[in-house]
Amino acid sequence: MVGDALASSPGGYLLVLAVLVPVIGMLAMPVMGLLRVRHAASLAFATIAVGVAVVGAVGWRVVGSGEALVYGIGGWSPPLGLALRADGLSAVMMAMAALVIALVALYARPQFAAAETAPGGRRAFGFWALLMGLWSALNLAFVGEDLFNLFVALELLTFAAVPLVCLDGTAATLEAALRYLVFALVGSVLYLLGVAVLYARYGTLDIGLLHELAYPDFATHAAIALMIGGLMAKAALFPLHLWLPPAHAGAPAPASAVLSALVVKAPFFIIVRLWFDVLPGASHEAAARALAMLGAAAILVCSVVALRQARLKLMIAYSTVAQVGYLFLMFQLTIEPGVPAWATIGWTGGMLQLVSHALAKAAMFLAAGLIAEALGHDRIDELAGAGRAVPVSLFAFGLAGLSLMGLPPSGGFIAKLLLLSAATLSGAWWIAVVISVGGLLAAAYVTRVLKRAMAPPPEGIVTSPVARSRELAALALALCAVALGLVPLQPFDLLAIGRAGVALP
Amino acid sequence: MNATLDAVLALMLPVMALFSLNARDERSAVIGFMALGLLLALAWVRLGAVDVALTEAAIGALTGVLLLGAASAAVSVAVPRTGSPLLRGLLALAAALVAAGVAVIVAGAPDPAPSLAAAAVAHLGALELGNPVTAVLLAYRALDTLLETVVVLLALIGVWSLAGEGEWRGAPAAPGGTASRPVVLLARLLPPVGLVVAVHLLWVGADAPGGKFQAATLIAAMWLLVLMAGLRAPPELGGARLRGLIAAGPAVFIAIGLAGFLVPGQFLAYPEGWAKAAIIVIEVALTASLAAMLALIVLGPGTGERRT
Repeated sequence: MVGDALASSPGGYLLVLAVLVPVIGMLAMPVMGLLRVRHAASLAFATIAVGVAVVGAVGWRVVGSGEALVYGIGGWSPPLGLALRADGLSAVMMAMAALVIALVALYARPQFAAAETAPGGRRAFGFWALLMGLWSALNLAFVGEDLFNLFVALELLTFAAVPLVCLDGTAATLEAALRYLVFALVGSVLYLLGVAVLYARYGTLDIGLLHELAYPDFATHAAIALMIGGLMAKAALFPLHLWLPPAHAGAPAPASAVLSALVVKAPFFIIVRLWFDVLPGASHEAAARALAMLGAAAILVCSVVALRQARLKLMIAYSTVAQVGYLFLMFQLTIEPGVPAWATIGWTGGMLQLVSHALAKAAMFLAAGLIAEALGHDRIDELAGAGRAVPVSLFAFGLAGLSLMGLPPSGGFIAKLLLLSAATLSGAWWIAVVISVGGLLAAAYVTRVLKRAMAPPPEGIVTSPVARSRELAALALALCAVALGLVPLQPFDLLAIGRAGVALP
Repeated sequence: MNATLDAVLALMLPVMALFSLNARDERSAVIGFMALGLLLALAWVRLGAVDVALTEAAIGALTGVLLLGAASAAVSVAVPRTGSPLLRGLLALAAALVAAGVAVIVAGAPDPAPSLAAAAVAHLGALELGNPVTAVLLAYRALDTLLETVVVLLALIGVWSLAGEGEWRGAPAAPGGTASRPVVLLARLLPPVGLVVAVHLLWVGADAPGGKFQAATLIAAMWLLVLMAGLRAPPELGGARLRGLIAAGPAVFIAIGLAGFLVPGQFLAYPEGWAKAAIIVIEVALTASLAAMLALIVLGPGTGERRT
């Protein structure tokens, strides 16, 4: 329809489907009575099967062509219309989300199996509908090219994630959900303010166009600072993390897994887009150092707090805040004179940390959920006997712990090694120290749990059996986190696909 | 004259915001907030953004009902102040800094500001529309609109997920307690007028300010008024027709969007000559769904009262 039409790539329609398929699945759930379907879970599994195939096709196209996949919606092109774009990084993020969602769904099936009209039907309906809404939001956050379109993705994400927190309906989880909502909405307001400033300045919100147009001045820097500030609250970067521990610990285990593994990663991913693709000017060392220092504070403070928790799920939630801290080290560690950011080992290390934490943390929350179900509680001091009751879950917990500690063989090991090398090479010794200390603290809080759980069960302990399939789902995620340790120790070509298009001249 | 009006508006907006923030009890805070919304709507009119003004006024009325209900349900606490004075001071300082920064940016903004308004108008002919705002919402950025309606659906599912166990598919409690006679009279007189205005807003939306969102809010408000007066009982949330109504709008939007893959070959593109027809079908379906969803969000989750 427009003269200077954006050239959509063959297969670009797959990006539309990646966003739309989960929405269609979610939309079918309120009317499943009309569709003669009794279980929301059945609709969710059909949706996941199609969605995983779509994401697989996106990955296949991107890797096969070695180029980014692009689609102009409605035949309009930016700046007037919206574009979707998946480069190598987006494809990796979507694959990560699809893998975690699929395995979490397998885990959650027995827990949320009730038909809509049966007892427990409310929780089952809510869980599957919100999970599908959340998946669509994540995919849009990974392929959106327009800053307002990304705002819509963030809104979808918030309104799917917050109710997941209070699915159990207790007063405590309701309070946690409301606190999460307040932080997320303040973050949205700041983000939107920045979007308005950028539009008033450049007349476009398309990331590719802004990359060419933006020049370093006060308005541009202030707008991006506002947006990053808002996204930091959503990503729970220290000290804006206060909402996360009660929210992630209070949600049902499969919801916690998705929230910790994926939901905080989407705002971080948008920060990465803003920082590397929009922010004009050559070097931003002071700002990068500020972000890295907040990340370092998150690692140190929240690892210590995690060590002092009495409840297993709260400990894992604090560990999430600490592990998110590692991601923010990346901005300092990708500054290498004469080298584009995505060719540095800091870039690969940061992105590998993102993916391996997603897999390991999802595994850990799922395992913790089973431990709590078997023992009837999740008090760390009274975990004795868990090793006997749910050995597979505890093994998954331990494997995931390897990745968090940064021990081989695991994705976390490679990620932290790359970040550590980048820190040493760039002379940022303090970052190297923080990474090492953070690893030791993680080892302390993981082994504290393992030690208690391996102890012989006390007399007369009664444990409930859990489904083996659920244990295997947790184990599969942990094994994927370990398998990431086989990635070669160098800048990873896949993460640079489609990046040349936005290279600095 | 207009300069005086602007000055009064500019003065009243922060005053009303401060009043709302510092109100003694929840009820006055909510009333202050509703007044702030009306002033904001006026400000949007003065800025020439009539579409935004209509939306602000409509949504403001609906959130007002919601907040007043919450304020009357909330247990009044002796100490409404939360947070330490230091934290409040820091937050106020941060808000003031952001406001000052934005003021500096607005004062130094390029004149004329770069804008897509001309481009948005240039394609109106192809879409057979007269209102560029509608073209933005249903053509250029239709994906945003589609997904925003999904956000409303997620919000409704979120509200439903707060229901007590077992009774969530039943009818929600009737809003507002016992109706007074003036409310009953209003509920008999207003809805016919409101519905006509809503249909008008929806219809002119193609060429003039207005559209589905404003119309939907108005219809939702009329429905709520009828429920408040006790003229009708709230519907059962598990009812097949109600569920169908909720899903219809987004489903029609997605179906027409997917049909675009076949003709003319792009998702959410409209076949030549059929753009206006497709947009009107989408708007009507969305109005019905949005009206139902907005009213149901205000009504809240089911309480298990089964109609006999």
